[in-house]
Amino acid sequence: MTRKLSSGGKLAWALVALLAVLHYDFWNWGDRSVVFGFLPIGLLFQALISIGAAVAWTLVVRFAWPTHIEEWADRSVEEE
Amino acid sequence: MIAALLQAAPKSPVPLYVVGVYLLLLLGFSILNSRRARGSAGEYFVASRSIGPFLLLMSVFGTTMTAFALVGSTGKAYDSGIGVYGLMASASGIIHSLVFFLVGIRLWAIGKRFNYVTQIQFFRGRFQSDLLGYLLFPVLVGLVIPYLLIGIVGAGAVVKGIAGVPTWLTGLVVCGVVLSYILTGGVRAAALANAVQTIVFMLVGILAFTLISGSLGGLEQATQNVVDNTPQLLAREGEIGHLQFLSYCFVPLSVGMFPHLFQHWLTARSAKTFRTTVIAHPIFIMIVWVPCVLIGVWAAGAGVEAPGGNSNAVLAKMVGMQLKNPWVSGLLMAGILAAIMSSLDSQFVCLGTIFTHDIVVHVTGDRFDEAQRVTLGRVFIVAIVAVTYVLSLFPPPNVFDLAVWCFSGFASLFPLVVAAVYWRRATAAGAIASVLVAGGTWAALFYDGLLGPTLAGEKIGEDYLIGGMMPVTVMIATSTAALVVVSLLTRPPSGATVDRFFDEGTSTEG
Repeated sequence: MTRKLSSGGKLAWALVALLAVLHYDFWNWGDRSVVFGFLPIGLLFQALISIGAAVAWTLVVRFAWPTHIEEWADRSVEEE
Repeated sequence: MIAALLQAAPKSPVPLYVVGVYLLLLLGFSILNSRRARGSAGEYFVASRSIGPFLLLMSVFGTTMTAFALVGSTGKAYDSGIGVYGLMASASGIIHSLVFFLVGIRLWAIGKRFNYVTQIQFFRGRFQSDLLGYLLFPVLVGLVIPYLLIGIVGAGAVVKGIAGVPTWLTGLVVCGVVLSYILTGGVRAAALANAVQTIVFMLVGILAFTLISGSLGGLEQATQNVVDNTPQLLAREGEIGHLQFLSYCFVPLSVGMFPHLFQHWLTARSAKTFRTTVIAHPIFIMIVWVPCVLIGVWAAGAGVEAPGGNSNAVLAKMVGMQLKNPWVSGLLMAGILAAIMSSLDSQFVCLGTIFTHDIVVHVTGDRFDEAQRVTLGRVFIVAIVAVTYVLSLFPPPNVFDLAVWCFSGFASLFPLVVAAVYWRRATAAGAIASVLVAGGTWAALFYDGLLGPTLAGEKIGEDYLIGGMMPVTVMIATSTAALVVVSLLTRPPSGATVDRFFDEGTSTEG
């Protein structure tokens, strides 16, 4: 039995994949710029990846939650 | 001004009083809560599968954030700069939640359905192999021991740096306090203590960050020191290689095989309980790691020297040097210890659990009643903690590096758990081959990269790399290859076993 992802679910997982790619921010590799007067740009970008991850996981939980697994766990073995 | 700041504050007993009061409060709170646990093994080992979203988030996060996240990240940033955040923190925000979602929820469901309490029970059931269980037991315990060491060594470094207390004494007190509430309350006590301690260390971390930056002349001045004196730490160039950075992403896969995390997953009331953890985990990591990384590079920029070249002590030195108020120093020390103890407690409980269920009960059957099983688990916990404590008395390597080696070992077993829940064709022989290859590869590389040089008295400065990549890459590649090749060469698992574990479907739904 295979379940299909909704469009929202696909989008949510695509965002997770995008963040995984963006995590390798090679364009910041040698950039020693400081933003807001104290925050190195490389650190700021990676912190934004963390915030983006929370947003992406919110979308995954909202649109791609594995409801069937919970139902399966709640069914006793004897019922089947 | 920097020179003035570098004048170390005289050691005062006040920080120790503050820590003492905190430990007593923690003990009282934990023992009070642990009364619910008496007499029931199900309550002691998996909190009757009744933990809600907030407690699960706090216990999972508190468990994964140990001395590695505070002491280790600060020290590593001091040595290698801000790139450390991308190496572990932001990568973990993506990968930890991914593992919680794709592996954790499925294992919770299987655990609930078949009443499993430990990883080894699950693997024995899934692969129908007793031998696999006996093989996994020493491997998992062997990997948890360095994880415990990280906590004990980190606690010793912090308290010595701030209050001058010998590391052996700190280790003894920390182990004693954690053992006291774990031995009475089990996993629920660990979860409740974790929640309290996670709140404490996050608040204290923010306080430390604010006070330390203030003592360095403010956020801008603290970073300006780095721009002026150690600008190389503001970027990854020259500090971290490209392949090294990319291959570090394999390290956080370790959460899929942490036995203590597996046990926390099983305490969840429902699958929905995981939602808060999956979403909030990346933000919580950021809240802890960004300040620690900045404090590490600020220390380097301010010319702070790591005592004896040991970067484990940088955080403690910054707290001790920059903060003249001993009450505040005590509070910060308590916060750092809270982070460390919130990992130790779960690891202690987990060791007792796997010994009780996977060795004692598995071998002796119903010979022991529930109370006797809990007692045996407690005895094993004390024995392992004693061994770890003795190991902690020897000169420790860098906390961050030791942690990465430990996590790499667990990550090398990650292909096994993925195959167990997603690949119907995976066989017992394949699983055994994978564990043997993972264990052997880890042991050989660990000896070559860390243990051998440490025993020879060599100072280990940089990461041990293979072809520019972290050794975890080789470990995962070889264990995966062994799993796949041997599984395909051996008889497939029975239809009944496959039906038992895979009949719920294979993908998520929208």
